Amino acid sequence: MPEKVSESPVQFEYEKQKRKEEMKQQVITFALMIIFTIIAFAMVASGLDKLFVIPILLVLAGIQVGFQLYYFMHMSHKGHELPAMMFYGGAFAAFLTILALAALVWW
Amino acid sequence: MSEHDVLNPGQMPQNPEKATLEGKNKFMGFWFFLGGEAVLFASLFGTYLALNDSTNGGKSSEELFGLELVFIMTMLLLTSSLTSVYAMYHMKNNDFKKMQIWLGITVALGLGFLGFEIYEFYHYIHEYEFTLRSSAFGSAFYTLVGFHGGHVVFGLLWIVSLMIRNAKRGLNLYNAPKFYVASLYWHFIDVVWVFIFTVVYLMGVL
Repeated sequence: MPEKVSESPVQFEYEKQKRKEEMKQQVITFALMIIFTIIAFAMVASGLDKLFVIPILLVLAGIQVGFQLYYFMHMSHKGHELPAMMFYGGAFAAFLTILALAALVWW
Repeated sequence: MSEHDVLNPGQMPQNPEKATLEGKNKFMGFWFFLGGEAVLFASLFGTYLALNDSTNGGKSSEELFGLELVFIMTMLLLTSSLTSVYAMYHMKNNDFKKMQIWLGITVALGLGFLGFEIYEFYHYIHEYEFTLRSSAFGSAFYTLVGFHGGHVVFGLLWIVSLMIRNAKRGLNLYNAPKFYVASLYWHFIDVVWVFIFTVVYLMGVL
């Protein structure tokens, strides 16, 4: 059952204004993600050295995923402590999986 | 107050997706599920990284992949991620109509992505005879990218079902968590795609 069903219209309007501000940030985030993507594709298309490009590609992907999680999926909001823990638990296991498979092939 | 009144308050709370216990549980459980999904995709990524050189005499990733198509697909999926943020923005403003419109745009962009992916696979199979069975590289590629495509199909069906089922109901505290969780799923699909275009396509043609 809901805890706090009614909220004053004034409060609602205030929150609405705050969400509008946040939406602007979301659009900026989106623009940055587009720019990162273009940089990544351009670097590969320009034929730079492999050992130089790959680390940058991975960093760009990491930043983009961070934007997606913290802004688009609202993980920066309050009340995401436990969800973050659960998701990062999965991400940690995912990292171990890739590490283990890579190590197996290496041998 | 009857249950119906409770779920349809006169004034919507700030976070309608987390206003009920059921909503809170869905929200929490879904993030846990996404952690599991991350492990699932990691095992497919690990397999792909292990096998992408095993071409069995067929074409390598360098000869197969074209970046133009992948770039368009990336833009479509990334934009659909933003449009679903807009949908959730309107959900919190209790504007059901606008939420439906933005979800509709999200679905359209997702369908565009899916169309390009089908074309891509079709092209590989018919032009290059690169199939799931042609090599270990082929198996790993189609399993990883196909699994992601399967997630796109499922996400689209999910969002469309929610839109149709709730079209006449409007937004309430019963279905707000459902919409919210579906949008999280859609973002997660984009998270996986970021790694696919980086690891499979960009690093594949380097």
